[in-house]
Amino acid sequence: MTAAVQARRVTRMRPRAKVAAGILGLFLVCAAIGPLLYPYDSVATSVADRLLPPGSALSEGGLAPLGTDQLGRDVLAQVLDGARVSLLVALATVLIGGFAGLVLGMLAGYFRGLTDTVISRIGDIQLAFPSILLAILLAGVLGPSVLNVIIALAVTRWVIFARVVRGSALETRDREFVDSARVLGVGHLRIMWRYIFPACVQPLLVAATVQIGLTMVAEAALSFLGLGVPVDQASWGATIANGRDYLSSAWWIAAVPGLALTIVVVCVGILGDELRKVTDPSERERA
Amino acid sequence: MTATEEAPLLTVSGLNVAIEGAAGTVQPVRDVSFTLAQGDSLAIVGESGSGKSMTSLAVLGLLPEQATVRAEDLRFDGAELTGLADPDWQQLRGEQLAMIFQDPLSALNPALTVGYQIAEMFRRHRGWGRSRARQAAVELMAQVGIPDPAARLRDYPHQFSGGMRQRVMIAMALALEPRLLIADEPTTALDVTVQAQILRLLRQRQRDGLALVVISHDLGVVARSARRVVVMYAGTLVESGLVAEVYPAPAHPYTAGLLAASPRARGTAGSVRPIDGQPPDISALPAGCAFHPRCPIARERCTVERPKLRVVAPGRESACHFAEEVLTGEPTKRGTGAAHG
Amino acid sequence: MIAFIGRRLGLAVLLIFGAITIVFLALRVIPGDPASLILGSQASEAELAALRTELGLNEPLFLQYLHHLADLLRLDFGESWRLGADALSSTLERVPATFTLAGTALLITIGLGFPLGLYAARNAGGWGDRLVSYSSLVGQALPSFWVGIMLVLVFASALNLLPSTADGTIWGLLLPAVTLSLPFLGWLARLVRNGALEELGKEYVRTARSKGMSERVVFYVHVLRNTLTPAVTVLGLILGNFIADAVIIEVVFAWPGIGSLLIDSITNRDYAVAEAAIVLIAACYILLNLLVDVLCSYLDPRISLEAV
Repeated sequence: MTAAVQARRVTRMRPRAKVAAGILGLFLVCAAIGPLLYPYDSVATSVADRLLPPGSALSEGGLAPLGTDQLGRDVLAQVLDGARVSLLVALATVLIGGFAGLVLGMLAGYFRGLTDTVISRIGDIQLAFPSILLAILLAGVLGPSVLNVIIALAVTRWVIFARVVRGSALETRDREFVDSARVLGVGHLRIMWRYIFPACVQPLLVAATVQIGLTMVAEAALSFLGLGVPVDQASWGATIANGRDYLSSAWWIAAVPGLALTIVVVCVGILGDELRKVTDPSERERA
Repeated sequence: MTATEEAPLLTVSGLNVAIEGAAGTVQPVRDVSFTLAQGDSLAIVGESGSGKSMTSLAVLGLLPEQATVRAEDLRFDGAELTGLADPDWQQLRGEQLAMIFQDPLSALNPALTVGYQIAEMFRRHRGWGRSRARQAAVELMAQVGIPDPAARLRDYPHQFSGGMRQRVMIAMALALEPRLLIADEPTTALDVTVQAQILRLLRQRQRDGLALVVISHDLGVVARSARRVVVMYAGTLVESGLVAEVYPAPAHPYTAGLLAASPRARGTAGSVRPIDGQPPDISALPAGCAFHPRCPIARERCTVERPKLRVVAPGRESACHFAEEVLTGEPTKRGTGAAHG
Repeated sequence: MIAFIGRRLGLAVLLIFGAITIVFLALRVIPGDPASLILGSQASEAELAALRTELGLNEPLFLQYLHHLADLLRLDFGESWRLGADALSSTLERVPATFTLAGTALLITIGLGFPLGLYAARNAGGWGDRLVSYSSLVGQALPSFWVGIMLVLVFASALNLLPSTADGTIWGLLLPAVTLSLPFLGWLARLVRNGALEELGKEYVRTARSKGMSERVVFYVHVLRNTLTPAVTVLGLILGNFIADAVIIEVVFAWPGIGSLLIDSITNRDYAVAEAAIVLIAACYILLNLLVDVLCSYLDPRISLEAV
């Protein structure tokens, strides 16, 4: 696919996909440089400014656009910081899980036989086990840290990617051009890189988009349970958990980060749908 | 000929069907007219896409929502059918009009027992209780020749053979003793011996006073099941007459071609000669006579002027500019010509 | 039939065995030395060595695994240091609460999901249909623990209509059950809608109409019967997911089920209870999938049991 074709497809996106892309762009900017744009320390406490509603003036003269929590910490600052953690965890998880899934899925689909049986059975066993349980177990045992959350979530996600990749690899390995390459004596590694890998990229990208949204929810859930990001770091899940105790006096603490999470996840979903339509020719005809 | 002189049971006059599609409107049925008397039998013949199934679905009001039906007259037993309200249709269908379909496996509900699907006729139309309806279903199944009906009542369609499934369809259609049965390719999905059994079953019912419309592309099936025949091509009627008169001497080159393509239908031995070319795309019909690109005797006039269906002999109609020529010439030779033309 | 169930049961046992192995690996290999974990950092080397011998930690990992399996076969999950009681029975005590919650959520899902799906199918393309479709998409994307908190905010804190946590009454059950059911409710509705629409296009529908059946009968007898099988199939999967998702929702609503017990034990490093809880939840999940397979072959006459 040339860049020109891709560009045309982007401009052909439906309006809601464009809106979703715009919101996600804003989210990316906030996650990347938000703490620079909005100079409040998300963990700095101020007893005088406890539980202020959105739009309140602070004791030092500033403004808390989204209010403060029970320790006087700025909620907007927490949301911006949380965005950074959320994005970091989601991207790292999908990259690591996606890479593991890509390698194992290609091995299983290309070599079939025993390799496939072993990899697929392990995957089956893992999928028979609710993934949220596995994440809770691993994150709980490993202890709270950003890296551990990424490890726990990547372990639960690789199977999804491996299945998608294995399907594409199985389909491609018996194509004529792969057969002729094999007859010509091209090595397995080279065949996998030159012929199998390109066929797996598009389905892998679609799966990755969907998983980014799911991973963000999973990270928030783990942090909500106290098993995710450590307490001295901001996370949407942790902020929501904190706000749960102040629902009747300060609803904004729990509401704002959850709303941010919901909007981002819905936008990722819409964009994932669009991506599937663009990359899958059969979907495109139906649309 | 007394049958045709009485007030007909079914009158179809100037029937048009239009279907709105993504690529514009197509007209799969154009200006089709025929009548059918009580106890008579009529075959509608044509290749797939000729509009014969659409015609029959229009008679039962079963066309999909995108289809619009226009007719000068569409009358059953004196009552107008176009614009009939749903409850009235439901009264008519099953009670007076019934239909059986080509592929009984997909036409039967896979998740309901055969007994339920037959008994349903009595339960919904007559309000009978479960056991009485089931008893009637057993009797019906026995009548259409399903062995051991009481035991098979609880079986599902997929547990039956093709021929038995079609018998189930027939039992269902005939449950309430309707006056008209439309059979759309009733034997196409079946093997030859079973075909004969099913046709015998239908003929026997027809002798008991049932009016029968058989729709088929197979002239052999038509010869064994109907008294009269109408031939359709690209949505219009091209010929009509008695089977006994049309078969030996067709009055339209298309009929002649069909007959040549099906030697079994005429009882003569000989090789099969299919008609050259493909049925036309109904969304882009050729000018003039729709058949002219495939016609062995087509002349200049055929490419510009659309022929009308007209009487060419007593009880015979044809939509060919040169019908008389076809009729009086040697049809066998024409048929041969069709294969080479 | 028996052979079929036997085969599926064998597979389920194998999967439960796999789950146990995963839990063993996670709990015994990752945390390092369980002895120092139990005794704390002040313990002397002699004390640690003694405990290691007692726990069998000096044996090779594979032997430890076999011993552990043997223990589990005797239903011995060990003792909870926190509760001072048998881990399995402490977990089993929590089962009724979780089942009540998941079961209620399932009732809500069926009670609303089916009618909504059927309504959307009968009014396909209309605004009601579109509303069902969109809200189900959003419902699936929502982080359910946050939705639960927002429901508490609206119905308990602001309107003061319902209790925010488990209070033993049916009202305390309502919010957590609704929260649990929301994502799957929309999913089921869409599944039912799409299934019914697909069935409506099939030939047997035309046959039913040709028989003079009213549209109600065509839809609610002929189409519904064919839509039911795939929909019933997913109910088991949904219930399995409810039991797994309940882990988080129970924490949100302080619901005294297996889930909140699991989170408590994990944060307090009470791994005997954690293992019992996880194995129990996984076993429920796997057995529900088994039930779905069996139920499905019962409901769909076309699936021959012997062929599966």
